[in-house]
Amino acid sequence: MERRDFIKSAIVVVAGAAVPMSALELMNPKDVLAANPNLKWAFLVDTTKCVGCGMCVKACKTENDIPWTANVSRTWVERYVVTKEGKVWADCPKQARDGFTSPLLDENAAGKISVDPNDIAKGFFVPKLCNQCDNPPCAQVCPVGATYKTPDGPILVDRTWCIGCGYCIQSCPYGARFFHPIYHVADKCTWCYHRLHHGMKTACVGACPFGARQIGNLRDPNDPVTLAVLDGRIGVLKSYFGTKPQAFYIGLSKEVD
Amino acid sequence: MLVHGEIWTTKEYFVYPNEYVTWAIQIVMYPYMTGLVAGAFVLSSLYHVFGVKQLKDIARFALVFSFALLPVAMMPLMLHLQQPFRGIEVMMTPHFTSAIAAFGIVFSTYATIVATEIWFVYRKYFVETATALKNKPDKGMIDSIRQLIFSALTLGAWDISHEALEKDHKAISIMAGIGIPVACFLHGYAGFIFGSVKANALWMTPLMPVIFIMSAVVSGIALCLLVYTVVMEMRKRMAKLKKPGSYGYQDLKHIRGVEDHEVKLTAKFLMIFMILAITLELLDLVFRGYTAMKSWDALRAVIYQRDAFKVFVLQYTIGNVLPFIMLLWPRITVKRAAIASVFVLFGVFMMRWNVVIGGQAFSSTFHGFMEYHFPWVPVNAETFKEGWPGVLMVAVTPFILFFILNKFVPVFLVEKEKEV
Repeated sequence: MERRDFIKSAIVVVAGAAVPMSALELMNPKDVLAANPNLKWAFLVDTTKCVGCGMCVKACKTENDIPWTANVSRTWVERYVVTKEGKVWADCPKQARDGFTSPLLDENAAGKISVDPNDIAKGFFVPKLCNQCDNPPCAQVCPVGATYKTPDGPILVDRTWCIGCGYCIQSCPYGARFFHPIYHVADKCTWCYHRLHHGMKTACVGACPFGARQIGNLRDPNDPVTLAVLDGRIGVLKSYFGTKPQAFYIGLSKEVD
Repeated sequence: MLVHGEIWTTKEYFVYPNEYVTWAIQIVMYPYMTGLVAGAFVLSSLYHVFGVKQLKDIARFALVFSFALLPVAMMPLMLHLQQPFRGIEVMMTPHFTSAIAAFGIVFSTYATIVATEIWFVYRKYFVETATALKNKPDKGMIDSIRQLIFSALTLGAWDISHEALEKDHKAISIMAGIGIPVACFLHGYAGFIFGSVKANALWMTPLMPVIFIMSAVVSGIALCLLVYTVVMEMRKRMAKLKKPGSYGYQDLKHIRGVEDHEVKLTAKFLMIFMILAITLELLDLVFRGYTAMKSWDALRAVIYQRDAFKVFVLQYTIGNVLPFIMLLWPRITVKRAAIASVFVLFGVFMMRWNVVIGGQAFSSTFHGFMEYHFPWVPVNAETFKEGWPGVLMVAVTPFILFFILNKFVPVFLVEKEKEV
């Protein structure tokens, strides 16, 4: 065979093989599995049931090794007070780890604010945690891939790989991320991924005395969370960012975002 | 127990518990330094690509200075990382959906282009120096080492015939031509890092990369103009001390003439780019106010009240209006142009500050604010890295590098040749 002929036939073979080879790439087994996983976690918060006791924050800090005195937390509870004039006050003293024990609102450097009970139109509590978005900006912006989305939903951080640039912290619209004061890497709520995979609920769900927090599997049609998400009137936080949050809220008020 | 950022952050009103000013002074320095790199390169390209012949002297200077600034562009990034020893992962395992991941590729491409261009510009000088040293009788240790270094710098290309040098010139134009878009990309993507953060209302705008490029060119030209003037003043002083005919003597009048000419022309280009930068910045501001999205109440409180002094007095008045008038005023002198450049540099620094720190001055709740207090006294590693010592390190290094580089690629080479 001449060299020229060899090259010619080689080109034909490579070009011809490229088409079926690309089909092989299309049928990546990982994608096939991901198309129909049997697990897809979702979180349901019923804000009408929350009383702001802070048991969830206590349980989370203990379970997930977040220093008690550090002013950060994987989950927290916000208190909203709306006056009859429409003025919105909100606070979250010490991430609500000790509950809301004072009627005064903790406005940080602006001091403690007292609102006359007769002026209050409504007041309520809103538990917050990571939304484990389906389109997570934090995982998108991580320059080294240290933060990633698991096939069943939660977004995790690889503590051995995070460089601590803080880009994910900036990109999260919900303020769910922070630097761990001991490990000096990005940290966030994982919906207690380690517990879920042992058949347990998250620490906060287990600690909530009023059932304001629930976690469930969206692929299970009989799961109470799935039923609530499918037929209930629920909302999500900051939907306009297109992050597709997977934490759903019952009784969300327009003041909350 | 303090978390990162807590030491310099004061919260006011309702702020999410995990929010702090996590991007501090080093992230202000980062776009500032990359901006200077890109700007200096664009200035040198005005001569090499667009053939603005009058800028020949400052162009060579700007090119070498841009190279000296280059390694410093990544220093602030390293200093702000919580895990600085893992910084190399950005190069090793880049995650390409992240704007920061492009850093390694863009940065090394750009470094290669600038290094190549400098090599072509100085190849003749390397060969001549190495040959002169080779032919020198009774060499000392230092001369032998210098000969070794310059021989290595030629990379084995010893041909300095007319044809070979013509080819060099062609290569310089090509490298400078490729360099402009890459330099713009290097800095445009720094703007993209901010502009693409949809969670931050102040940062998110497609104008951000363009604004960053324009202000980068402004700051780069201003710094080159300033340092060039300072170096020329030093040369004038040297010229006064030396007698005619002695080693290294230069004609005072000649230096003064070149300086005057170069500075005045550079000042014109500085004004053109200032107009572009200010127009874009004001467009952004007006647009935000006019469209008044949900975030506008919080943004307005930051821009018009809390940071009003920093934005309107320090950035726009002292950093933009004042130097613009100084440059525009008739009969411009070298001294006035140099002082105006100082104000311009300050203005661009304040612009970076107001973007980076100002972008974190309001909470994502839109109900609260965060104030950043620069750590004047370093009390721990965090305030050392992201305080005075870290900033000084970043600010001084380019000048040290420039001094060392100048030993091998002397920026005022051409004139010496003329005198000989």
